[in-house]
Amino acid sequence: MKTMKSLKIYALALTAAVLTFSCDNDDDTPEAVNEEEVITTLRVQLSSAAGSVTLQSVDADGDGPDAPVVSVVGTIVANTEYAGTVTFLNETESPAEDITEEVEEESNEHQVFFTASAGLNVTTVYGNFDGDGNPLGTVLTLTTGDVSTGNFTVTLRHEPTKPNTGLADAGGETDIEVTFPITVE
Amino acid sequence: MRLFFGAMLLLISSIATSQNCQNTLSGYIIDLHDQSPLANATIILAGAETAVITDEKGFYSISGLCDATYSLQISHPACSTQAVRVIVRGDTERTVNMEHHLEELGEVSVIGSGNSKANKTSQEQQVSTVALQVNAAGSIGDALKGLSGVSSLNTGNTVVKPVIQGLHSSRVVLVTDGTRLQDQEWGVEHAPNIDINNAGSVSVVKGASALQYGGDAIGGTIIIKPLRVPQADSLYGSTLLTGASNGRGGSITSTLIKSYNSGWYGSIQGTLKRFGDFETPDYILSNTGAYERDLALRVGVNKFSHGIEASYSIYNNELGILRASHVGSAADLANAIANTGVPNFTEDFTYEIDSPKQEIKHQTAKISAYKRFNDLGKLSFQYDYQKNNRLEFDIRRDSDDVRPAIDLELRTHTTTVDFDYTADNTIVAKAGILGRAQTNFPDPATGIRRLIPDYDRIDFGAYLLGAKTLNDWTLEGGVRYDFNFIDAQKFYRTSFWEDRGYDVLFPELVIEDLGTQFLVNPEFTFHNISATAGAGYDLSDTYNLTFNYALSNRAPNPSELFSDGLHQSAARIELGDIRFDKETSHKISVALSRKHNNWSFTLAPFANFISDFILIEPTGSQQTLRGNFPVWEYRQTNARLLGIDIDNRYIINEYLTMTNQLSIVKGQDRTLDLPLINIPPVNTTNRITYTNEKWYNFNFWIESQYVFRQNEFPDTNFPVFLVESNQNVTVDVSTPPEAYHLLNLRGKVDFSLNTTSKLEVALAVNNLFDTTYRNYLNRQRFFADDLGRNLSLQLKINY
Repeated sequence: MKTMKSLKIYALALTAAVLTFSCDNDDDTPEAVNEEEVITTLRVQLSSAAGSVTLQSVDADGDGPDAPVVSVVGTIVANTEYAGTVTFLNETESPAEDITEEVEEESNEHQVFFTASAGLNVTTVYGNFDGDGNPLGTVLTLTTGDVSTGNFTVTLRHEPTKPNTGLADAGGETDIEVTFPITVE
Repeated sequence: MRLFFGAMLLLISSIATSQNCQNTLSGYIIDLHDQSPLANATIILAGAETAVITDEKGFYSISGLCDATYSLQISHPACSTQAVRVIVRGDTERTVNMEHHLEELGEVSVIGSGNSKANKTSQEQQVSTVALQVNAAGSIGDALKGLSGVSSLNTGNTVVKPVIQGLHSSRVVLVTDGTRLQDQEWGVEHAPNIDINNAGSVSVVKGASALQYGGDAIGGTIIIKPLRVPQADSLYGSTLLTGASNGRGGSITSTLIKSYNSGWYGSIQGTLKRFGDFETPDYILSNTGAYERDLALRVGVNKFSHGIEASYSIYNNELGILRASHVGSAADLANAIANTGVPNFTEDFTYEIDSPKQEIKHQTAKISAYKRFNDLGKLSFQYDYQKNNRLEFDIRRDSDDVRPAIDLELRTHTTTVDFDYTADNTIVAKAGILGRAQTNFPDPATGIRRLIPDYDRIDFGAYLLGAKTLNDWTLEGGVRYDFNFIDAQKFYRTSFWEDRGYDVLFPELVIEDLGTQFLVNPEFTFHNISATAGAGYDLSDTYNLTFNYALSNRAPNPSELFSDGLHQSAARIELGDIRFDKETSHKISVALSRKHNNWSFTLAPFANFISDFILIEPTGSQQTLRGNFPVWEYRQTNARLLGIDIDNRYIINEYLTMTNQLSIVKGQDRTLDLPLINIPPVNTTNRITYTNEKWYNFNFWIESQYVFRQNEFPDTNFPVFLVESNQNVTVDVSTPPEAYHLLNLRGKVDFSLNTTSKLEVALAVNNLFDTTYRNYLNRQRFFADDLGRNLSLQLKINY
């Protein structure tokens, strides 16, 4: 009787063993993910009476192996004041997602920094501010001095220490950082 | 039943023939549960009228025996009678473990000495129950670190991953109550999903010799067994409360066991752990709290002839990841490393856990059964189902987006059948087969490209192990075959697929072209043979020498095969390779041990030669919109690990005991002739313990832990452009931190509350001098110091 009972248990166990291999056979094709967190495009549009300039960097494959394509279209004229806007896009999605809106909505948690390398006669002034009155930077005024060349860098920081005196003490994480080699003519 | 047994004994003993009859058989009778000697046990030589009684040390001796096979009948007032068959050749020693608490039952349990070890000639060490208790509010990794040769790879202080003789992750197999843990162990920031308080015993086999559990444990196998339940009418349990100053939290864990004479039993065990932000000597480590909730249930019947058990456990853990360790770019990492003071993100103490964090839920349901066949052995069967859900929350650009960045669900079904031959206690013979089916489902709802792809995996394994004891010699060997089949479906960026040249090598794998992405269907098949051989020799009563060789093979894990992008927490781009072949390890370990009254030691050197060792190292840099990232690529090379573990124990007098441990391991990439990365530095632990049973079982120790600086490391530094200073700087991610020394104290007393209840009170201080230090094997060493002083109080009630 006892043996019968344990035999039953083993039969049950064997059934379970068979089941191990018979289930989990879902051959469904997985769903593709379009990267939502990535910023593929940074665009700085500068306009003045002297004409407009577009600084743009596009990295179509995000963190993939292809390097971003950096372009400067238009002539940056010396001793001129430009009204500028900064736009961030995710172009892996269609239509492209405008991440600038998100940055502006959460203005307290973001700040755009503009850095001109030594010798480049360019200064910037913040054109918009967060809820606490600290700089945000998706809108700016860019003023050029005399003719010069150098690097102009745009950095978007997430959760920086605000207020700050610049990149060096801002902390936070870098969401995007692009360096444009430019010439003031 | 008893009558039948007696008749059988007579039959067996009559086989004994008389030749040279001058031999002495001696040994100890030991309680299986607590290894204490059993005095007044009666040993009857079946067929003869000889009967002897053990002395107070549990020792017995029978002289005038021939070279023959004898049957002994062993009885003790508190145990059921056992029959043991012994082969006598010359003067023979045989120690027998007896199942205590079996008063009413006439059942028989025979367990030869040493059988509780998974392996006889490899290095196996057991974590003491005290170490398990001391770390009740910590993790299994913390408790394992107390063993020589075992260290840990940490992410902060709550994610603690065991490292055995320099190897970790997929190279370390974790087995809980016969179930191989399937918890995405490949990730360096993935700690074992196990509640330390549910472990009755924990032992570590260094190397791949525990073939019963798998052939790919190139580093080693950690074997966790639940508490044994006696076969007696009893209701008992314990509650352990721990409060700790650092993290301002603690844990409570309770176990309750009900057992019956009939062999039926049930147990319930639960743990609740809660910690807020931990602290260094100088500042708060913001967002490092932990919140763990675990439950384990068991019900079954355990008899000598057969048994069955059903169990279920759930492990739930929420772990904060140091906020300051979150970086967006390589430049951020450079800035964080340059800042050796207070990290950028340091806020007031809180119990809140925000992103970045991990939320893990691991569930195991199991049914196991065994049946013993007289004079043959024990047949065991087990089926288990494991479901592991890992959520990793990253800091998102949109803070209202509460979706995890990683959402993996790993489901595993495993069936094993094992046979253990027990008829002759000079022989160990085991054989078994295993079947396993596994599915990984990464949820696309995260909106972030999958780190690990969808895959189905089938494993099949079969093993055969044997050991034979001949007087002073022990010989053992084993062989195992494993088959793995992986069927994956993965989206690759078109640019990556072409950059790696996969478009030329594997055009047939692409099943769908989505423009910027390809859906590909790689399949992998691996056939692996593992083997072990060993010998042990008793040089004298005090000295023993063992030698063990293990051959093992490991199939590449999902991250080694499939990584293809930015690893945010490491601020680097990691690239796997689907062309990888398996890793093969040849490990030789030798151990000389001395066991004597007041001085015992073990010297255990080892050499591990691994071909096609998979490692990750920097190969260049890649420009992205977030700046320049270093690229780390997995590659296969030939590696060599050499080392020694030394354990020393010296009993000074009846009150004082000194223990000392030293572990050295050196890792070398033999192809490039460079040191391997993340090899544990030399470390030594010394402890003096004072015990005085008269003062409420008073026990006090001072422990000194010295960790040397790792002087052998590869240069993995990389340059990065810093906008602030408009210049390139070198990011030093290779230089190990300085050596450090920590002092720990612990004192304990026991109070009897009544005849069955006991209260234990323990007070401990870790890092007594509040030393500031950083640990080479802590992935957060770039961002913050390690833990400062911790004062903890433990109350344990047994009832």
